[in-house]
Amino acid sequence: MVARGLTKRFGDFVAVDSVDFEIDRGESFGFLGPNGAGKTSTMKMISCTSPVSGGTLRVLGMDPAVDGTRIRARIGLVPQEDSLDLELTVLDNLMIYGRYFDLPRPLIRRRAQQLLEFAQLTDRADDRVDPLSGGMKRRLTIARSLISDPDLLILDEPTTGLDPQARHLLWDRLYRLKQEGKTLVITTHYMDEAEQLCDRLVVMDHGRFAAEGTPRELIERYSTREVVELRFRSGEHESVAHRLAGLAVRSEVLPDRLLLYTADGDATLSQVHAAGFTPESALVRRATLEDVFLRLTGRTLVD
Amino acid sequence: MATPLWVRALGYWAYQYRRTWRSSITTSFLYPVLYLAAIGVGLGSLIHHPVDGVRYVDFIAPGLLAATAMQIGSNEAMYPVMMGIKWWRTYFAMLATPLRVLDVLRGHLAWIAVRLTIVSVIYLAVVAAFGVARSPLAVLALPAAVATGTAFAAPIAAFSATQDKDVGFTTIYRFGLIPLFLFSGTFFPVTQLPGWLQPVADATPLYHGVSLCRGLVLGQLSLWPALGDALYLVALTAVGYLLARRTFTRRLVV
Repeated sequence: MVARGLTKRFGDFVAVDSVDFEIDRGESFGFLGPNGAGKTSTMKMISCTSPVSGGTLRVLGMDPAVDGTRIRARIGLVPQEDSLDLELTVLDNLMIYGRYFDLPRPLIRRRAQQLLEFAQLTDRADDRVDPLSGGMKRRLTIARSLISDPDLLILDEPTTGLDPQARHLLWDRLYRLKQEGKTLVITTHYMDEAEQLCDRLVVMDHGRFAAEGTPRELIERYSTREVVELRFRSGEHESVAHRLAGLAVRSEVLPDRLLLYTADGDATLSQVHAAGFTPESALVRRATLEDVFLRLTGRTLVD
Repeated sequence: MATPLWVRALGYWAYQYRRTWRSSITTSFLYPVLYLAAIGVGLGSLIHHPVDGVRYVDFIAPGLLAATAMQIGSNEAMYPVMMGIKWWRTYFAMLATPLRVLDVLRGHLAWIAVRLTIVSVIYLAVVAAFGVARSPLAVLALPAAVATGTAFAAPIAAFSATQDKDVGFTTIYRFGLIPLFLFSGTFFPVTQLPGWLQPVADATPLYHGVSLCRGLVLGQLSLWPALGDALYLVALTAVGYLLARRTFTRRLVV
């Protein structure tokens, strides 16, 4: 997949502002960014469900404006909002979707059995979709997107709104797909999701790419090795940060805590205590993509 | 040979109907027959002189066919379209696959035509059993009824694709379908209306559907007016389809 100067406009509003990227076969590529950064607009363009406003885009080597139908025949899309038929059964949803790809019924049935197994929904196959939990519906949507055995899988916030167990189960499933050599394109709010699943990722903000690289590269480039998280009484963080500025490479004030970026967290924490500060709580941890994100966009991800 | 894309969309509605047809029996099959029995036979037994030259039950039976087609065509183009766009996003599921907006629209309208066909065939069989059909032309009342239904379905589908809530549908019923049902010649000849209202009734699609179905079932048909009725219904379907193409595209391609 190749995009050059890819742009999406809605009237005067520019949702995606001339971005360039290339995604190789078998790669798993992530788009991170806050709400409204342009991730979903990008996903809709590369899944050939929304026309590009500018620039060029080639998906599976074809032009979406010309070959939308042929491209979509080889894509599996997991949209941000579920589009399941709630009155039909789990199995029927898979059968119907397979028919859109004109697959023969026996083949759909065979794949459906495997996918239900994969999504851990086998014992719900004949239940209506409506009463299923959010996690189950999401797993069904992912199973459905795989019914055509696509070369490229596009997942728009696959785990948003799920509880931790459901999320881990989904990650495991996606990881398996990655190992099978599928090309995955994922948008997410969750840094741990991106770290686990993405070979390479971009951070999007205001329709542009703020950074691009592997998770490790991004952490090395935009953060220090370790982070000290300090919690003081609310309202004090700003003034404390000012006075502690000399102890860290960089500091960040969040509504509920203060982050100090440093190469050696334990040493920095000792210096904080030595300087006479007594935070209500203190934590030393390794830097994550969340810190990269905070640095690049000036805000936390889940808001 | 690959299945045409719009046929795959049609397949969805057919598949879904296999699960839900039971709940549609009352409105689609039972109501028209009950109307026919209660008003045509029951009330009709009090009407001793012929209406437009035939028994009252013969008069309203073909009218009810057209009115039922209107009702089903309209209804199927309201809530299911809203479901496709908003409530369940069925259309978007289709659009993530090889299907295009045009296929989604054609498949849905084709399905409405199928529904209209099924209902009309059954109703015509019942009517024949009542001894109403008295012309071989009655067979042609089937396409006439389907055209009556699509003449409502296509423009209403175009309208539904512009809506965010279903309140507009209630308005269509209240100010459109119910007055049409009562005053477009289904239950009494429009010549009974006050003079100034007759041209209004003449202009409505249901009036043309009713005249066409009645002429065909009873075998009282003059060629040119009948062709005019048919052309009216086909033209309205075509205009509705073109409008729906625009509103569907605007709503589904963003």
